[in-house]
Amino acid sequence: MKPAPFDYVRPDSLGEACRLLAGDEDARLIAGGQTLVPMLAMRLARPAKLIDILRLPELAGIREEAGAVIVGATTRQAQAERDPVIRASVPMLARVLPWVGHPPTRNRGTVGGSIANADPSAEIPLVAVTLGADIMLATTDGPTSMPADDFFIGPMLTTIGQGECVSAIRFPVWPHRRIGVGFFEISARRSDFAFVAAAAQVALDDEGRCIEVALGVGGVGDRPLRLDVSSLVGMELDATSVAEAVSAAAGELDATSDLHASAAYRRRVASVLCIRALEQARVDASVKSREGAR
Amino acid sequence: MKVDLRINGANRSADIEPRKTLLDALRENFLLNGTHAGCEHGVCGACTVLVDGEPVRSCLMFAVQADGYEITTIEGLAPAPGELSVIQDAFCETHGLQCGYCTPGMILSAHALLQHTVTPTREDIVEAISGNICRCTGYGQIIEAVQFAADRLRIANTPQPHHDGPHAHAEGKPVVEAK
Repeated sequence: MKPAPFDYVRPDSLGEACRLLAGDEDARLIAGGQTLVPMLAMRLARPAKLIDILRLPELAGIREEAGAVIVGATTRQAQAERDPVIRASVPMLARVLPWVGHPPTRNRGTVGGSIANADPSAEIPLVAVTLGADIMLATTDGPTSMPADDFFIGPMLTTIGQGECVSAIRFPVWPHRRIGVGFFEISARRSDFAFVAAAAQVALDDEGRCIEVALGVGGVGDRPLRLDVSSLVGMELDATSVAEAVSAAAGELDATSDLHASAAYRRRVASVLCIRALEQARVDASVKSREGAR
Repeated sequence: MKVDLRINGANRSADIEPRKTLLDALRENFLLNGTHAGCEHGVCGACTVLVDGEPVRSCLMFAVQADGYEITTIEGLAPAPGELSVIQDAFCETHGLQCGYCTPGMILSAHALLQHTVTPTREDIVEAISGNICRCTGYGQIIEAVQFAADRLRIANTPQPHHDGPHAHAEGKPVVEAK
């Protein structure tokens, strides 16, 4: 359980980090290290060089812009969990963070690290895909970005290229007043990898009808998936219409089968958790004041 | 690589290979053996230390990454040699340990919790120690220990009225009464 030798560098700028990364195919980035260090300890990864980006100022911080909250890649998961801007404007992210590891791993683990790691059962990628976030990247040619749905392509696989670094995640903020979120997951133990997770966000008008809805599942297939339940817009989210919409959207999911859960189990549980998450989101939104701010 | 660390309030330096975890550096370079090596891949929590007051796994951090932080190990909690902190004493009182392997990590996790939560609920305590595995106690007495320590700290930190006059102590009336 001791990592193999490597060189350690801590560049002063993001540009330098990208150049170092682009120039050495045996180099890897390290930030919080909560997934990479176990991989090194078990020698499942043996990079020749670790480039430490944790203290780069360009990657830090949480900021609001028109219609979005931008979360810097090295924002600690524990910091995001407590952040008032995230609680108010990206409530789904605040809701799932207690399910990410344990307090000691959240104190070091970063939001961007979880995105770059692309575990199909991870909660932060699920939120990014469900809400339609953009993954912002630093490259040797300058900044770029892509939708989360295009970024994740398989288990621990992303479209990120050599010399590229996740710099931030841009979470869209809905303009509505009455927004609610719901989240459920099934795992062997609290904070262990989810066999199935479902996240939902709904916005209601003053009469309690749905004006916007987002639903996603994680852990079912080889990457998080956003499900199309747009047929619920304009409806009252009663049990029957929710069940019908979920059945249409999640009935035929491609599910993986492993030691812990069969594909049939995952598919069945995904539908149940989607219904529960939508109901929880509806209740959460309906208790919000009709006049007051979010 | 030369590494400058701040451990338990003292500046410490050593020449440390980049691949050496903070855990191994604490134990081998600085002889702070109270930080226990358990699974060495981030599962068990035996190696928990405080970094800027918050619990982290010292096996998931390289010593070369740890400069500039205030690192606190179990050796840094007791007020003086031969004494125990309130939390350490509470673990003894309630039989919150058997083999003792997980105990430094448990106590540091509990210490961080009680630094920002004066009146923790049972759920707060369970969440705070959820990253620390104990294979002896079944956790019941550990939770009791943290609750007991919280009660003692809360009472000790509550200003007491002095209307009994300056001799209240001498008359055997406890000013500070534990639960």
